[in-house]
Amino acid sequence: MAKSIDVADLNIYYGDFLAVEGVTIPIAARSVTAFIGPSGCGKSTFLRSLNRMHEVIRGARVEGKVLIDGQDLYADDMDPVNVRRMIGMVFQRPNPFPTMSIYDNVLAGQKLNSKRMKKAESDDVVERSLRSAGLWTEVKDRLDRPGSGLSGGQQQRLCIARAISVEPEILLMDEPCSALDPISTSVIEDLIHELKTQYTIVIVTHNMQQAARVSDETAFFNLSGVGKPGRLIEVGRTEAIFSNPQEPATEAYIQGRFG
Amino acid sequence: MSTTQATRKAPPVRPGDRVFAGLSTGAGILILVILAGVGIFLTAKGIPGILAKPDEVKSGQHFLPWVWPLVYGTLIAATIALLIAVPVAIGVALFISHYAPRRLGQIFGYLIDLLAAVPSVVYGLWGIQFLAPHMVPFYAWLNKHLSFIPFFGEPSATGRTILTACIVLAVMILPIMTAICREIFLQTPRLHEEAALALGATKWEMARLAIFPYARSGIVSAAMLGLGRALGETLAVAMVLSVTAGEVTANLIGSSNPSTIAANIALNFKESTGLSVNALIASGLVLFIITFLVNFAARALVERRSEFSGAN
Ligand SMILES: Nc1ncnc2c1ncn2[C@@H]1O[C@H](COP(=O)(O)OP(=O)(O)OP(=O)(O)O)[C@@H](O)[C@H]1O
Ligand SMILES: [Mg+2]
Repeated sequence: MAKSIDVADLNIYYGDFLAVEGVTIPIAARSVTAFIGPSGCGKSTFLRSLNRMHEVIRGARVEGKVLIDGQDLYADDMDPVNVRRMIGMVFQRPNPFPTMSIYDNVLAGQKLNSKRMKKAESDDVVERSLRSAGLWTEVKDRLDRPGSGLSGGQQQRLCIARAISVEPEILLMDEPCSALDPISTSVIEDLIHELKTQYTIVIVTHNMQQAARVSDETAFFNLSGVGKPGRLIEVGRTEAIFSNPQEPATEAYIQGRFG
Repeated sequence: MSTTQATRKAPPVRPGDRVFAGLSTGAGILILVILAGVGIFLTAKGIPGILAKPDEVKSGQHFLPWVWPLVYGTLIAATIALLIAVPVAIGVALFISHYAPRRLGQIFGYLIDLLAAVPSVVYGLWGIQFLAPHMVPFYAWLNKHLSFIPFFGEPSATGRTILTACIVLAVMILPIMTAICREIFLQTPRLHEEAALALGATKWEMARLAIFPYARSGIVSAAMLGLGRALGETLAVAMVLSVTAGEVTANLIGSSNPSTIAANIALNFKESTGLSVNALIASGLVLFIITFLVNFAARALVERRSEFSGAN
């Protein structure tokens, strides 16, 4: 069920401000692609354009093409609501619904798809999703407690469980581990490895080791100066990018020689 | 040793903290004192009215049979007004905060704030002069088609019924409730809204997933403010309802409805003397208690699920 993504010559604007310019990148199905690059170079912006979440921001718009398994993401008859049901997203800051129990949080997406489920069936979905997210043992005795009562790392894994409970084709993750301890981080990295067999995963990270550990492909974004648009500098197999980058900027960034 | 001394020393008290603590504690106590003062006044002055014999007061009735229709009228009027106003207020607030283009939303919000400043006598006039006559055919229609519901009995010829009063009340409490709801809706954390949208929620589903749960206690507060105003509103109700002392009836569109406590006090206070005044004050005590209970119940409602409020 995983789908591939093909981006061709994508420009992303916030109002008049060109934030990301000319991105062309193929992303294979059932692979993990990591986006790396300095702060403000447009990684989040680009990631959001992949499930049309940028449209939530006033004045944000894109030019160019994004094809999901050959289907134009920005075609007139594409409903952003359906797009987002197919392409899940995990945010940098954990955002479980604070007014819902852990159980209901996991099922929030299912309810939107207005699937009527029997109790046994939804129990099943909740357990499976929480197990996948590596959270099950920690919360199985308090599924009816509010999601906001969990630690930050647990909340993030709850968000991952929520995102995968609807079995999306593609999973976008924006620095999912930036607020987590090394143990939770490694749980999530293991999870990404597992999920790769079913989903196409795109992950933004500031952690080079993480990019090296989890991803098949790495894309390096950079911006040439303040107020200039971010660009995709280089994309390739992760080993190749880390061991033998083609661009000097990539090499400098990876080796930490960067302003 | 210096370390133990350091720990023993009391933390420095900063004058700003002290002043502020004093001020806020004082304000809190002041509220309690005022409330207690009103309560004591009402009780002291009201008890003779409660105990008065029928031939000692203008109404010619014992206190309970006299006040009961007024309590009924008050509760019915306030409840129906709230039932009408809450959904409308939430809808308008949501439109302003999340649906309307920003400019339009601002203009709308401004207009709503203006409406809140219109004095109640104007609403009363509008109720009598405009709304009541225009409701007459509608009431006739209700009676004709829905008379099996006890609310829609024999219709009034003038349209000056408790239902008309309820609608006027609803319009009156709408602006303040809308304004509060709008402010709360606007403060929904972006994070939660995006969580809902990223799951593929439509705008309305986002409202249900992220906005309403977050705004729950605020909506209750808004409703309580509206209810408070509806319970206590005198002028508009007194103007619309022609009859001062109707009997308890389920019919909302008839010509003889009980008035509300507040309107009744306003209408009768001038011509009352002696124990009749005490009886009116006693009815005020009843209103005071009702308001108290309602607020208490609303707080309890919010409190019950406070763990899930998102404030933690
Ligand atoms: N909502 C917004 N409105 C206007 N400009 C924005 C908005 N969000 C981001 N930008 C701008 O777009 C550019 C790219 O921002 P983006 O958040 O995509 O960077 P990023 O690569 O994700 O950075 P970080 O690593 O710090 O998360 C920045 O110049 C930023 O100021
Ligand atoms: Mg970012």
